[in-house]
Amino acid sequence: MTDTIANRAAKVTPQKVARKIKGLSDRAIAWIFVAPTIFLLLAINIFPLIWTIQLSFTNYKANRLNREPEFIGLRNYERILTDSDIWLNMQATAHFLFWTIALQVLIGFTLAWLINKKFKGNDLWTTIIVLPMMLSPAVVGNFWKFLYQPQIGLFNYIIAFFTGKEPSSFEMLGSVQLAPWSIVIVDTWMWTPFVMLICLAGLRSIPDYIYEAAEVDRASKLRQFFTITIPMVLPFLMLAVLFRGIENFKMFDLVVQLTGGGPGSTTELTSINLKREAFEKWRTGYASAYAIILFVTVFGLASIYVKALNKVKER
Amino acid sequence: MSAYSVTEPSTRSKWFAGSLVILYALITMIPLAWIMLTGFKSPSDAISYPPKVVFEPTLEGYVNLFTTRTRQTQDFLEANPPQNWADEIVREYDMVIVGPSKFGERFLNSVIIGFGSTFLSIFLGTLAAYAFSRFKIPLADDLLFFILSTRMMPPIAVAIPIFLMYRNLGLSDTHLGMILLYTAVNISLAVWLLKGFIDEIPREYEEATLIDGYTRFQAFYKVVLPQAATGIASTAIFCLIFAWNEYAFAVLLTSATAQTAPPFIPTIIGVGGLDWPAVAAGATIFLLPVMIFTILLRKHLLRGITFGAVRK
Repeated sequence: MTDTIANRAAKVTPQKVARKIKGLSDRAIAWIFVAPTIFLLLAINIFPLIWTIQLSFTNYKANRLNREPEFIGLRNYERILTDSDIWLNMQATAHFLFWTIALQVLIGFTLAWLINKKFKGNDLWTTIIVLPMMLSPAVVGNFWKFLYQPQIGLFNYIIAFFTGKEPSSFEMLGSVQLAPWSIVIVDTWMWTPFVMLICLAGLRSIPDYIYEAAEVDRASKLRQFFTITIPMVLPFLMLAVLFRGIENFKMFDLVVQLTGGGPGSTTELTSINLKREAFEKWRTGYASAYAIILFVTVFGLASIYVKALNKVKER
Repeated sequence: MSAYSVTEPSTRSKWFAGSLVILYALITMIPLAWIMLTGFKSPSDAISYPPKVVFEPTLEGYVNLFTTRTRQTQDFLEANPPQNWADEIVREYDMVIVGPSKFGERFLNSVIIGFGSTFLSIFLGTLAAYAFSRFKIPLADDLLFFILSTRMMPPIAVAIPIFLMYRNLGLSDTHLGMILLYTAVNISLAVWLLKGFIDEIPREYEEATLIDGYTRFQAFYKVVLPQAATGIASTAIFCLIFAWNEYAFAVLLTSATAQTAPPFIPTIIGVGGLDWPAVAAGATIFLLPVMIFTILLRKHLLRGITFGAVRK
């Protein structure tokens, strides 16, 4: 180091000027760094969204290139909101959302709680349990279809083995009663580890001294569970529910491969219905209005939920 | 540490917890193990009742996955003896291999689109994340939220205008189109995760080099990038896994040239219906890399799946 103190001071003092001479100013760099991302999102997310809004007021059909779309005002929205079939799809989605989230929270939290007992090798088993959620939902849906085959499928065989029923006596994917549950089972199999991981992080974030203090106060284990463990994990659990809720509201790939929305339309979740309207019936304008309604719904519900989540966090 | 701790579970409860978790892990592995086994079964073993756990393994599924075959007359078969082991397998069905199947191509498309979009998301994401982490950007919180909110739209809803836009621009069914689309989806994840990783690098490092006469750019790539390397690598794997697994856009926007493996695998048809061993073989080849990556990533998994909201 040949730098004298005076030299160093000289370098430091006119720093802003020096940096501008040597390179770009921080402000310019900030914009250069952020602009491409914003531009890409504007081009591939926002512009299409605006286009969708515009299309939603027309009767455009994307498979008829020559016909000029006509402006029809709010008629698409009116038709969707008064269509009883769409309410059935909404119900199917609600059933799917409610049961997947309920089961995943229950099983996921229990697993996390057990793993947090820190038995030997818990890391290894956690990693194994986590595998399903990283896989391609479409491929997973496809091979569960194989497991669900009435005569040859492993799932039916195992259920039959334990209940004594004939393996061909029930069709998980073909019956109106069972199909909605078949998709709940697969989604729960796949995503329980997600809730588990988040709960585990929550459990591990609770400092030991809180339990030690409770022990000094002679609080029972059960009481500790309900007054320490549950409230401390709740924000984490709510975050997990938020993620699962948004993801399952958008659910498409897994269910399309499993049931294709059938039998009839018992498992036709809103995304699958939307795909039919947009890319099979080619009612582009109508489907656009539908898409906007779904987006507003998920965005609205998520915002309300995040507010609630923040309240819980503040407590 | 005292010998007795109130927070340390007893040996018995550890045993109890351990066995339940292991039981769950084993049950949850059954479907995956089954699909991998099915890949090595013959078509008749794959659909036998009761399901066969012990069977004579064959590579038939893998051969069927990678080749197209035609049935031939006995005369033809006798005149042309099988040339290799794969040929011999299909001879049992009086068939000959006439060429490769589309699987190789589809798999390659998955690789090209996966790596292409990952590279682009990481490149753009690192720059944006650095800027959000280090500079005062007006409305930074709103911009970050906007970046995240793009992730809330159902893919089918986004696909409607993208379909029209790509049709006009000539980007439908092209690698470039899919790379751009997956980048747009992944960039929210990349920015959020990388911002978290860069936030953790002390500013003092860069400030010290700035005083020593580095420019911002130099400080960025000589100090911050090496420090953020692990974060960048794990973010890249998350982006790659997403692009690899994606189905909805792929099935709607690609058909012949740029189709990836997920829409292709479920459509592998054999004689009289789906060729389950070939489908299983395809699924195994397709899922294995993701499983390996998951194991490599296990330390950062939680962070990745929650967009950096939970860091542990």
